[in-house]
Amino acid sequence: MKKFRNLCILLLAVSLTAVLGGCQDGKDGTTESQDNSSSQETEAEPTMGGSIVVGIPQDLEDSLDPHKSVAAGTKEVLFNIYEGLVKPDEEGNYIDAVAESHSISEDGKVYTFKLRPGVKFHDGTEVTVDDVKYSIERCAGINGDGTPLVAAFSNVEKVETPDASTVEIFLKEADTEFLAYLIVAVVPQHCDDLDKTPVGTGPFKYVSRSPQENIVIEKFDEYWDTENQAYLDQVTFKVVGDSNAIVTGLKSGSIDMYPRINSTQAAQLADDQDLEIYEGGMNLIQALYLNNGEKPFDDEKVRQALCYAVNRQEVLDMMADGKGTIIGSSMFPAFEKYYMPELVDKYPQDIQKAKELLAEAGYPDGFDMTITVPNNYQQHIDTAQVLVEQLKQVGINAEIQLIEWDSWLSDVYGERNFQSTVVGIDAAYLSGRALLERFTSDSDKNFINYSNPEYDSLYEQVKKSTDESEQIDLYKQMETLLADDAANVYIQDMAAEVVLRKGYGGYVFYPLYVQDMAKIYKTAE
Amino acid sequence: MKYIVKKAGTLIITLLIVSFLSFFAFSIIPGDAARSRLGTEATQEQVEALQKEMGLDKPVLVQYGNWLKNFITGDMGESYSYSMPVSDLLKDKIPITVALTLLSFFLILLISIPLGIFTAQHEGKWLDRALMVLNQVVMSVPGFFLGILITFVFGLVLKWFTPGAYVSISESFSGFLSYLIPPSVAIALPRCAMGVKMLRSSVISQMEKDYVRTALARGNSGHQVMYGHVLKNALLPVLTFWGMTIADIVANSIIIEQVFTIPGMGSLLITSISNRDYPVVLGIIMLIAALVIVINFIVDILYGKIDPRIRVEQ
Amino acid sequence: MKKKEKNYNLILGASIALFMFLFLMIGVFYTPYDPDAMSGSAKFAPPSLSHIFGCDHFGRDIFSRVLKGTGTTFFVASATVILGGGIGIIVGAFTGYFGGWIDEVLMRFNDAVVSFPNILLALVFISILGPGKYNVILALAIVFIPSFARITRSEFLSQKEMDYVKSARLMGVSHLRIMFVHIFPNILPSVLSMAAIGFNNAVLAEAGMSYLGIGVQPPDASLGRMLSETQTYLMNAPWCAIFPGLAVIGLALGFSLLSDGLLKKGGK
Repeated sequence: MKKFRNLCILLLAVSLTAVLGGCQDGKDGTTESQDNSSSQETEAEPTMGGSIVVGIPQDLEDSLDPHKSVAAGTKEVLFNIYEGLVKPDEEGNYIDAVAESHSISEDGKVYTFKLRPGVKFHDGTEVTVDDVKYSIERCAGINGDGTPLVAAFSNVEKVETPDASTVEIFLKEADTEFLAYLIVAVVPQHCDDLDKTPVGTGPFKYVSRSPQENIVIEKFDEYWDTENQAYLDQVTFKVVGDSNAIVTGLKSGSIDMYPRINSTQAAQLADDQDLEIYEGGMNLIQALYLNNGEKPFDDEKVRQALCYAVNRQEVLDMMADGKGTIIGSSMFPAFEKYYMPELVDKYPQDIQKAKELLAEAGYPDGFDMTITVPNNYQQHIDTAQVLVEQLKQVGINAEIQLIEWDSWLSDVYGERNFQSTVVGIDAAYLSGRALLERFTSDSDKNFINYSNPEYDSLYEQVKKSTDESEQIDLYKQMETLLADDAANVYIQDMAAEVVLRKGYGGYVFYPLYVQDMAKIYKTAE
Repeated sequence: MKYIVKKAGTLIITLLIVSFLSFFAFSIIPGDAARSRLGTEATQEQVEALQKEMGLDKPVLVQYGNWLKNFITGDMGESYSYSMPVSDLLKDKIPITVALTLLSFFLILLISIPLGIFTAQHEGKWLDRALMVLNQVVMSVPGFFLGILITFVFGLVLKWFTPGAYVSISESFSGFLSYLIPPSVAIALPRCAMGVKMLRSSVISQMEKDYVRTALARGNSGHQVMYGHVLKNALLPVLTFWGMTIADIVANSIIIEQVFTIPGMGSLLITSISNRDYPVVLGIIMLIAALVIVINFIVDILYGKIDPRIRVEQ
Repeated sequence: MKKKEKNYNLILGASIALFMFLFLMIGVFYTPYDPDAMSGSAKFAPPSLSHIFGCDHFGRDIFSRVLKGTGTTFFVASATVILGGGIGIIVGAFTGYFGGWIDEVLMRFNDAVVSFPNILLALVFISILGPGKYNVILALAIVFIPSFARITRSEFLSQKEMDYVKSARLMGVSHLRIMFVHIFPNILPSVLSMAAIGFNNAVLAEAGMSYLGIGVQPPDASLGRMLSETQTYLMNAPWCAIFPGLAVIGLALGFSLLSDGLLKKGGK
């Protein structure tokens, strides 16, 4: 087994999309991009041609329109079809894609892009500045009914095209990190059926989709980046909803690749000679999220007591054979520039201390609590089960309540009607903001009701700052505050294991939730 | 004729009740289709705008009225998740589920009729006993577990088929059918067991009737009596059971399709319920309800053909 | 003529059911280990003297969990049958005995409900009620009402024409008394058999719902939940699935044999 873990941990990641556990999640911009990134180690000669069947855990029950789709699972497929002005690479940097170069004005309000000449859409037409203008305005809701399709684009004031190869984006408020959103797909102005038939500029073009069955894409021969053409001729994403069926499909040969297999499934496949397992990080903040606005978790001491009561290593051992990376705040290791390893050991398991804190808070005998978990994600359920056992040691009697993903979204996330919940949150784009903005007091996404004026003012400073190292420093202070206040019981960035059939190679881990199929190749026999 | 008109009336009333109930059930289920589509990064305004666009801000009765009006004109609405008309979505799924259902049903007939007759003829012998015990055991295995066992034993150990390698009809019809065989066995087995049991006791009770003894006493051979008289009468009560079986198969295929990753109506239904994709859910429910009612209707008519007394009673 | 043969089904069914009942009663008072206690070192331990059924993916003792899980499943199934059967029988008794427009309306309604696949109905109810042991019971009970009502109704329909009912009526016995004191004992065997087969169905339905993730909540052990949680390990750790599987089959088999036996005893 090739271990890619080290490599991955080095990746700079950047933003994430919130996803809860692999389920859908939404966010705005769909990102698209293809990558040209460099490669990773490979052991055999890549050959051109061939096809592959990739298993995906849920259907794309979503619009295929890159500006409307919200599910992480949809975006990871669309990543191969669409690109933005810029796109992320595997190290979390932005590289120019449809744009050839870009510049940002001093005050952070005007973004100027030079279009790359000769970039073609899959229908053969060339990308023009009008297509770019149309795409950005579409996201921002300009010319439409005024509701931005992509929330972050509400900051766009106007888009101008001074000449046939230049696009200028004017923002209402200064934002030095807006580039992160411009991975949003550039779509052709002349296509009005993007919901069903995607047309983009990426290395693969859309072929067909059968609900609950599969989605098929094939190589786009006129892709602009001739050095990074896709190897494979055809990729089939096959929907495999049942966890047992995933294992049997891989064993029997009906699936060639499966990203993000869990450790128990991996254990079943470990001795299969035909398969290789690559390991990386899932880039997901798994935590016991606590409703800071409600008793008993409105008391910092109670939250800290919970942190001390939990043995994270044991959670990892139990649910994933020890794989995964323990985290101490809302930041995962792949996001290297923001990540603070020193926060990991802030709350070592200390039952005595936990009990003392509980007694100080007025709960010497513990209390009853409910952990709400979406029922479609076994890893969160497993973690919750281990937590229940650990919390018993300090007299806290926790009960798990499974609910459907949809009810989770509306009750827990929307209405904030919960005590605690185990989910994973990931970043939608490559900026520390993607993970940290949500905990400001008045954010719509602050479902845990965390409120700390100091945190809010730090975030205000970030927005004003134009200096990256200053921003990083501020983000780090925010992370530290979250850990000090024990806003949540942070657990881990789960291990992602990717299974690939022998005979294929080239898998690349990204800091975003995407699968880059252009890098996958068949090896010469 | 009058009978048929009456039945058709019942069909319409039942469908109305079914759709009404499901519509209201869904209006009280927690979860919001608009939020579900927008996910975790949506702002409140986006959610409200989409709710409006989807018509979810109107009173439930109005929504139901609109849906019904469209449904009558043949428009089942558009799927929230797939942005395509429900009818297009179902068009591809119906053949799969119908094929699975028919195949399972065929297997049930194929296995349970001979076995039912055989066990009845050998009532009380050890083979009958053994089969009946086996029967009961099969009936006591949860459907999904049976499916998993079949995948495991025949798919991975014996390699008689490739689990998960579903072939769509357009690719190869024979490949499609042969992939459906293991799942239909998983669906059929427990119902075969029930079928054998019903037919066996039905045949046994016919054999005790006077006419059989008279016929035997007159010197007719056992075979003649069995196939000439007994079977026809014995099949009558079993017919109703078979009618019910179809509904049962459809219900079970919901689970079995998950186990064998068959992209049929069952998987679509489950995901649509959890996505709050009501147009699709309602479409499928109406379809299944109509199917069940129509089949019951056909059984009633067959019944009438075989035994004219039934029709008189109606 | 039928020979007087022993009612094997009844004997066998009753013994299996009794055995399973004793088994789960042990679980109520004693389990060798805490069924929820996890142990990293015992992950996937195969059956041995200390863990006779082995351990699952959390190192929990499967024997203890099967003991507890059988209890949970038994509780869910019995509560479902008592609740659903109870209401179904009362509805069936009244509609069958009195008839009239209420009968007509309820039976139409019944038809509508029956034309839904069971599991789908339960799914819809669980979506409304939320998952959990008690909601599973409630959902299944609602789903079971129509079939109980239908059978009871037809029994009452045929019984009410019998002479003993007519004469009781002539003697001025009240309707309620006739229904439950005179008629009910006569249909008791078929009611019991119905209850036993309902129990069997409830056990299987609970397993199916757990498979779809809407059954009993973890870490609670129920047989269906254990089966669906451990299905992935069938290849590497078959004991995780086999023992709960056997217990499910035991429960379901015991009660379906019992149902057969009761039917036969009641004269078919």
